[in-house]
Amino acid sequence: MSATDIQMTENYLAQTRRKRLYGGLILVIFVALMASGFTVADDRNAGGFFEGFHRILDFPKEILAEALTKWRNLPARLWAAVPALIETLNVAAVSTVVGGIGAMVLAVLSTRGLAPWPRLIPVFRRMMDVMRALPEIVTALVLIYLLGGGPVAGMLAITLHSFGALGKLFSEVAENSDLKPVEGLQSVGAGWFQRIWLGVIPQVAPNWSSYALLRFEINIRASAILGFVGAGGIGYDLKTALQWGTGRYDSVVAIFALLFATIVVVDTISDRARARLVRGGKLDEGRI
Amino acid sequence: MRLEFRQVSKVFGAKAAVDNVSLSLEGAGFTGVIGRSGAGKSTLLRMINRLGDASSGQILFDETDILALSGKAKRDWQARCAMVFQQFNLVPRMDVASNVLHGLLGRRSTLSTLFNLWTEADIRRALEILDRLGIAEQAGKRAEALSGGQQQRVAIARALMQDPRIILADEPIASLDPMNAQVVMDTLKRIQTEDGRMVIANLHTLDTARRYCDRVIGMRDGRVVFDGRPEQLTTGVAREIYGADASFSESATSTAIEGLGPDTKYAAALMGD
Repeated sequence: MSATDIQMTENYLAQTRRKRLYGGLILVIFVALMASGFTVADDRNAGGFFEGFHRILDFPKEILAEALTKWRNLPARLWAAVPALIETLNVAAVSTVVGGIGAMVLAVLSTRGLAPWPRLIPVFRRMMDVMRALPEIVTALVLIYLLGGGPVAGMLAITLHSFGALGKLFSEVAENSDLKPVEGLQSVGAGWFQRIWLGVIPQVAPNWSSYALLRFEINIRASAILGFVGAGGIGYDLKTALQWGTGRYDSVVAIFALLFATIVVVDTISDRARARLVRGGKLDEGRI
Repeated sequence: MRLEFRQVSKVFGAKAAVDNVSLSLEGAGFTGVIGRSGAGKSTLLRMINRLGDASSGQILFDETDILALSGKAKRDWQARCAMVFQQFNLVPRMDVASNVLHGLLGRRSTLSTLFNLWTEADIRRALEILDRLGIAEQAGKRAEALSGGQQQRVAIARALMQDPRIILADEPIASLDPMNAQVVMDTLKRIQTEDGRMVIANLHTLDTARRYCDRVIGMRDGRVVFDGRPEQLTTGVAREIYGADASFSESATSTAIEGLGPDTKYAAALMGD
């Protein structure tokens, strides 16, 4: 080994030792943070974590026990919750469609290489940040205060959040799109709309649709949760049944079962649809 | 038909990619531009199509300064000045015929093109062009499903759809195997001679330049260092264009030198430096 090689080896070993030291330090800090965080949280609990831990299944047990004794009521309870479920799905669907369209516009306006006004990119990005940072439930509470309870407030709250959340994802996809087709279209004299619509959208459409479907799943859950604060839908029914307490736990189980089944069905359909979109329509050819 | 460069320069930071170029091209002809990577060939071609702007100078086409065009007038010029790229620059997920129809984007209303509302006459013409280039049977396939050579022919079909007076080809065969490269070059030559169009192609192999071009322009460091007929492209001239110095054995120039034929031994000796 020459002197240079020995020096290089020493440098590399020193670098490795440094990396290990930093890694170890980060791990120690992380564990310390977790431990101190746990202590703080446990102190602030009304009861202690460990004292309460063994009772964690008591409430579900109580609900299930009552539902089992009234199992004959379940089909009727399920059927009764369907209109509220449709309302929840409607809210999620409208929010996803409107939010998706808004997100498309924001994404293009905030993507380098595509934006018609590059100087305004930070403005559109911050707009998306704000919309993403605001939890749906906060926006919904404000809107319920302004507009009154009901699905419209919930829909607007979820739409606003979808603008920001989807816009960010759409923009990242668009940023990775190949600009060669866009250049090809530019070279024939295509205008900005033509370049985006014909050169970028065909490239990003599968991933954008895939993210929109994923957002639809998330929005169904969000829409159900917003029912708790008065934005209608199945969440409102669930809250009412839970607040009623003993005596209506069969409804609680029916609503949970319906929500769970809906989410599984939507998830399965959207999984298949997304796979088809990304792979270009060839799902059943044994390709991974 | 006359294309004239008047003291055209393009500066990137402190570096002049194109340095005070003046030349003129007249009538239908096949002009090859050769030179090492970074010599300014692509920048020169892109300025003609207005994909890039010049820092100074004028490019006149039939006495119109195309560098001064803007907005609609610039897009009208681009619609008449077709460009073929090394990486084809097609929309990969769209079908071949749609890609060819894109050649009309500059001449049809935005709304109709956004919704793919081409007239039957437009579609028929696109299919005729594809048929002329021997790839009509691929019309309905996605562009990305085609081989590189076929994709380049689709790009040429898109160019023909523009019915351009000038076709610019930026390294049209650099991504292709020799067989496909020959098909693409034959196609470009055919549309130049049969249709009477001006073709300007950046090429990186000297044998290709000699075989297809009526005129060869050699560029080095942004300047035109050779302008003549292909038979004037001797080894000495090639050394001047490609820079026969210590960096001569770079792979970018090796293919060019392999094409020199009778002087291969001399080239090999240089490459061994």
